[in-house]
Amino acid sequence: MEEIKLSIDVNLVRKILTGFIHDEITRASYSRAVVNLSGGIDSAVSFFLAVEALGAQNVLAIRLPYKSSSADSLEHSRLLIDQTGSPSVTIPITDMVDPLINREAEMNAVRKGNIMARARMIVAYDQSEVFKGLVLGTGNKTEILLGYTTLFGDSACALNPIGDLYKTQVRQLAHALAIPEVIISKPPSADLWAGQTDEGELGFSYENVDKLLFLLVDQRYRPEECVEAGFDEKFVHAVVERIRKYQFKRTLPPIAKLSSRTVGYDFLYLRDWGT
Amino acid sequence: MKLNLAIAQINTRLGNIQANLEKHLSLARQAWQDGMDVLVFPELSLTGYVLQDLVPAVACRAESEDPIFHHLLDASRDIDLVVGFVDEDRRHRFYIASAYLSQGKVVHIHHKVYLPTYGLFDEGRFFALGASVRAFDTRFGRFGMLICEDFWHASPPYLLWLDGADLFLLTSASPGRGLNGGPKLESSAWVEHTNRAYASLFTIFVAHANRTGFEDGLNFWGGSTIFDPDGRLVLQAAYFEEALLKTEIDLNQLHRTRSRLPLLRDERPELVQHELERILHGRN
Repeated sequence: MEEIKLSIDVNLVRKILTGFIHDEITRASYSRAVVNLSGGIDSAVSFFLAVEALGAQNVLAIRLPYKSSSADSLEHSRLLIDQTGSPSVTIPITDMVDPLINREAEMNAVRKGNIMARARMIVAYDQSEVFKGLVLGTGNKTEILLGYTTLFGDSACALNPIGDLYKTQVRQLAHALAIPEVIISKPPSADLWAGQTDEGELGFSYENVDKLLFLLVDQRYRPEECVEAGFDEKFVHAVVERIRKYQFKRTLPPIAKLSSRTVGYDFLYLRDWGT
Repeated sequence: MKLNLAIAQINTRLGNIQANLEKHLSLARQAWQDGMDVLVFPELSLTGYVLQDLVPAVACRAESEDPIFHHLLDASRDIDLVVGFVDEDRRHRFYIASAYLSQGKVVHIHHKVYLPTYGLFDEGRFFALGASVRAFDTRFGRFGMLICEDFWHASPPYLLWLDGADLFLLTSASPGRGLNGGPKLESSAWVEHTNRAYASLFTIFVAHANRTGFEDGLNFWGGSTIFDPDGRLVLQAAYFEEALLKTEIDLNQLHRTRSRLPLLRDERPELVQHELERILHGRN
């Protein structure tokens, strides 16, 4: 397979992303942010960028463990909070979500996972009001393209600094931001049950799929050209189909057009309108 | 002859023309106090870039009766100004425009002739195409103005050169994009590369004013430049930061460079015309 480079200049990316966080939050007349810390690398990177952009005291770290969450997750989030000195709150979500989950004798893992992700969103937006800070997103380009996210759950945010970085690029940035090695090197996981890993669930490695996504999306390769470049045909088609299938998670819900001017079609303004 | 040339590499407020005007007037005053002759603002400096449905709301006319241009024309009694705005013509078509103001008068208006409508760009949806590329005389010599996509195409710079422009005043609101592992965005590298090429190929001065800041997720990378007729970088502003870039350029360098390298003398526009006739109309 030809060499596909996903390397980034971390100083350049850091400069743009901290500028983005600072500009977009201050334009909206805020000066603070809140971030749900999962103990994983993505939220760690968003959190550290926000601290750099806004100052540690202006970023609230939120920890939201469920009873089955790994103890490491809480501990790793604690490392980040200690490193920055940012304010933090820890709000277990077990008592919020279990009454819903326990209404049924058996609930599958997908449903439980979605409920937990949405409960965490509710807490983040509530803390946003308390702390007067905007909710910072933590989804990377890989998971956005693959739809590996809960709609109105972990994908919900006011702004997302890392959504145009593939997972492997987030890792490069994490090193530059001095995020503890234990967080960078552990297998990515949604941490919904013991032993769950992203790569186990998706069925491929981030390293491999990032290269394929880079060709398909950034370089505009046709699927057959990706196969010619050395990717397994079934893998290519599975990823192409996954991108298509989850487009609904990347758009606002369509509004049925009736009038001569309709939000989403011909009522076009940026969010930064007037600021 | 020396020219004190300044570039206002600014962030703008989207659709808030009053706030942007105040910034223009304050920088014009500062540049004038610093002894500058000309101050160049970026593309759409009075309005912000991704205007979409704001276009009709922020449009103005470059004339003394206009409540915005009234102040800018006043300021131009002290210092020549290039400002970026939405021009609404008498038939209510909207153009991305640059105006050159001097001594209380509008010297020239350029309407953007190439409107990018691909990828992240959607200008053709909201704006009318400009219909001319003309150099113009100023009290410092003959200049030319182009706006962003205009100079991604080779022909408008070529036309300005043949029309006598010795200093290009290029403006843009260029969204930064393209990571390749290097310390520079691909969009920045591309623009710097081509602007240096125009300076070298045409033996002219090329000043480029780009904006900074963000509009939603788009970053504007700044990095405004001035190249001399030898293609050398005279000065560059920082990337991503607002700046008032100031320098003195020696217009006599045109004499020295063209004595050494008579590319303008030897250029054969009739040959170009002949071949264009053939290419466009099948005439031999």
